[in-house]
Amino acid sequence: MSNTDIVLHVENVTMQFGGVMAVNDLSLDVPKGKIIALIGPNGAGKTTAFNCITGVYEPTNGLVEFCGLPMVRNHPRGKMKKLYQGEHADLYTHDPAIAPSPDKITELGIARTFQNIRLWKSMTVFDNVLTAKHMRAKQNVFSATFRANAKEEKRMRDETEALLAEQDLLQYRDELATSLPYGLQRRLEIARALATSPKLLLLDEPAAGMNPQETHELAQFIQQIQEKYDLTVFLIEHHMDLVMQISDYIYVIDFGSEIAQGVPQEIQNNQRVIDAYLGVSEE
Amino acid sequence: MDKTLQKDPAKKIGAAIAVCLIAALYIFLILLDNVLPANGFTLMLIPVLKKGAIYSLICVSMNLLNGFTGLFSLGQAGFLLVGAYAYAIFAIPSDQHAAVYQYFDGGAIGFSIPEALAKVLGENAGAFLGAVICIILAGLVAAVFAALIGIPVLRLKSDYLAIATLGFAEIIRAIFQWNGVGPVTNGSNMLRKYTSFSAIKIGEIKLATAFPFFIAMICIGLIVLLINSSYGRAFKAVRDDEVAAEAMGISLFKHKMLSFVISSFFAGVGGALLAMYQTTIQANAFKSAMTYEILLIVVIGGIGSVSGSCIASFLYIACNEWWLRFLDSGGVTLFGKEITVPFFRDGFRKVVFSVIIMVIVLFFSRGIMGDKELSFAGLVRKLRKKKTAEAAEGGAGK
Amino acid sequence: MSAFFQANLPYLLSGISVGGQYALIAIGYTMVYGILRLINFAHGDVFMVAGLVMVYATTAMPMYLSIPLVLIVTVVLGFTIERVAYKPLRSAPRMSVMISAIGVSYLLQNCALYFTGGLPQMYPTIPWLSDSVTIGPATTKVVTLVTPFLVLVLVIALVRFIQKTKIGMAMRAVSRDFETSQLMGIKINSVISMTFVIGCFLAAVGSLLYFTNYPSVVPTSGAMPGLKAFVAAVFGGIGSIPGAVIGAFLIGICENIIKGLGSNWTVFSDAFTFVLLIIVLLVKPTGIFGEKATDKV
Repeated sequence: MSNTDIVLHVENVTMQFGGVMAVNDLSLDVPKGKIIALIGPNGAGKTTAFNCITGVYEPTNGLVEFCGLPMVRNHPRGKMKKLYQGEHADLYTHDPAIAPSPDKITELGIARTFQNIRLWKSMTVFDNVLTAKHMRAKQNVFSATFRANAKEEKRMRDETEALLAEQDLLQYRDELATSLPYGLQRRLEIARALATSPKLLLLDEPAAGMNPQETHELAQFIQQIQEKYDLTVFLIEHHMDLVMQISDYIYVIDFGSEIAQGVPQEIQNNQRVIDAYLGVSEE
Repeated sequence: MDKTLQKDPAKKIGAAIAVCLIAALYIFLILLDNVLPANGFTLMLIPVLKKGAIYSLICVSMNLLNGFTGLFSLGQAGFLLVGAYAYAIFAIPSDQHAAVYQYFDGGAIGFSIPEALAKVLGENAGAFLGAVICIILAGLVAAVFAALIGIPVLRLKSDYLAIATLGFAEIIRAIFQWNGVGPVTNGSNMLRKYTSFSAIKIGEIKLATAFPFFIAMICIGLIVLLINSSYGRAFKAVRDDEVAAEAMGISLFKHKMLSFVISSFFAGVGGALLAMYQTTIQANAFKSAMTYEILLIVVIGGIGSVSGSCIASFLYIACNEWWLRFLDSGGVTLFGKEITVPFFRDGFRKVVFSVIIMVIVLFFSRGIMGDKELSFAGLVRKLRKKKTAEAAEGGAGK
Repeated sequence: MSAFFQANLPYLLSGISVGGQYALIAIGYTMVYGILRLINFAHGDVFMVAGLVMVYATTAMPMYLSIPLVLIVTVVLGFTIERVAYKPLRSAPRMSVMISAIGVSYLLQNCALYFTGGLPQMYPTIPWLSDSVTIGPATTKVVTLVTPFLVLVLVIALVRFIQKTKIGMAMRAVSRDFETSQLMGIKINSVISMTFVIGCFLAAVGSLLYFTNYPSVVPTSGAMPGLKAFVAAVFGGIGSIPGAVIGAFLIGICENIIKGLGSNWTVFSDAFTFVLLIIVLLVKPTGIFGEKATDKV
């Protein structure tokens, strides 16, 4: 694979909180147009890995590249210099650290959803999606206040309407986002992420709390939007059915470190993965 | 959305009602200043109207920050002070400088904007335009202060932000009272003799009451436009969930800063109007108690409601300066009879007030309006629904 | 050097004394914040009310009855405020509770205004504490010397109380994790009440010492010391009692030294506290002894 085909490249990323290694030397690649999954038992460090990629946390060490360009980079600094227990501590020291805030990363083209749904609770379904378009608008605060951006505002509203229609959410447009049933809230969160026009979509446990029927529908939905928007999808999931059904490639982590990677069949038969999920029986 | 709204007749009727009411209000205000006799009633009404309009603006500006952006800032008194001082400093006529800055050899500033304009445009137009320019200047100076304070402070969260902004307000107050800047601020002495409401006229028509309404209405109108724009939605997103807002590409610092600076601009304008109203100002009056008072009015009106803030401001000022005065006076006059009530004396009004506020805070925490807005379109819609319901009941069918 | 010392000794002494008095108020702030995450804006006004109660009590009864009465009334007031104004809002957003605290502060100040008629109330002379003593070049009141020692004794007693007794242990647990402690069967409400009782008791003691140095009490007397004590608590790391005490002494001493710099700088003696606050918040928001809390995404 050439470098341009890799949308997201994670290299030796380590996140250490005090003495705890939440993510340990994680490396992975997310190729363009694929659905890649990151799985692992509870507390394995999946969400932390997401947070390192999306700028919520600054990783202690490592590099994240987006479409071939370095996006996040850090090496152990300050207090961490002494505390650092991970590997490759000297790999990134000669380059300056880069730590953009989450909004900058979203602007580059990465959108995400959250494990515990984080919709804007006082806003309607329509406004939730519309507000996510704010970042891409060219207006400034004066043109917006004096309505000099009417054309752009209208375009954003039309696009929002179209997006909602496509996600079967149009009938709820004027309801409060948090009044929707759980499954629809998940879907709305994905719609909101799509509104930022991403290249890469990160889904944090999109099927959490869903029954098998809903999970099945979600799997189809993810595949649909992936094709329609020419997206690359990187997801964290617990539901093995969903992961096995839609993923092109799977990374498995436990206690912050990678324990396996491969296509779904390989993962299903991997003894280390089975042990990590079910526990190793003591002889 | 736009399409449907344009066709919505209720919205049109509502807008028409609003325009008529505003026109009627201004006619009434101008009559009040010029024609209506000065009796006990108008003597109470005029100050309440003026101060109510000014407080409406101040409360809405605070609501923009606390209610719509979710930044719990307690620095409003500081920005009012900056605005009031900026206005006064540029509006004191130069021949009064020696008298006002008597301890500072006439002060460091040798000009006055309304005066300079009066030379060119004539007295009335100069005073009017000069006042407007000074008011805008007051807003800008307050906004600059806010931008400087915002850089360090806006990174802090909830209660730390509250206490830090409160601290900055106190620091501002100390700086303005410091003799080192006395040639500009007159130290801890009061500023006076600047252009006040009574100097605002067009020809022979006095606009002393209409002017603060006019300025406050324009400013509140701008704030409403902002709140309903894309930026307003972004502010609400920041308020509802910072993490989600940031993940959706809304820069927290940029938007918090915008809200803080804009809110402070309008607080500065409010401060300037307050200075005009009071005719003298002194930094010592702008204590944290003033911020608390404004905050409590915002809470009474409903955090996140512009119309709530306005209603609450007028109610608060009217009760405070007029309707509840009798509580301080030792007795009530009911049907021409003097009744002395033993515990009615100085300060009782404020006690009653604080109790009402506590009741609202504890039991009606949504305030008068909650986060809803008063809209004539909404009223029209409600009335229509009622009508159609009645018609339906009458057996006319649909 | 010695000239400097001689010139500044009076300021240093009163700084230590005021610092000790701030410390007693700051403990109330820091304990309440530690448990409820609430800036109790009314605490400074409780302190002021304690001063007023003393004024009124001494007109009606002898000193040996007035002092216990002041302590009791203040404690009851603190307890009542918590039950009436904060308890109903336990599940409400933090902003509502803070607004409620501001409301209580407003109420107490206005009640004080009503009862005093807006006139400054002469603070009574407490025998012995108000006597003058001369130390080297400085003449001061006994209270100045007594304060630091009394503060030390009270703080040691409090720290031991929190470490050794069952309710102290419960307090530490609640400040660590509110929900879990509740699940573990700790009676949250009695722990919170106890916190207010201790905080107000110390504020009452503080007011006895503080107002002895001042001629009178006015309704706004509590606002500034209250804010400064809060800053002290933030400085020391909110939630930490030794931190609050150290912060309070530091603020007391610094502001009095500034007063000693000359009349041109006196306006900044109050503002200095806030400058310090902002520096602390920006450089080390957790204060000297505070612990870092992280939000989970």
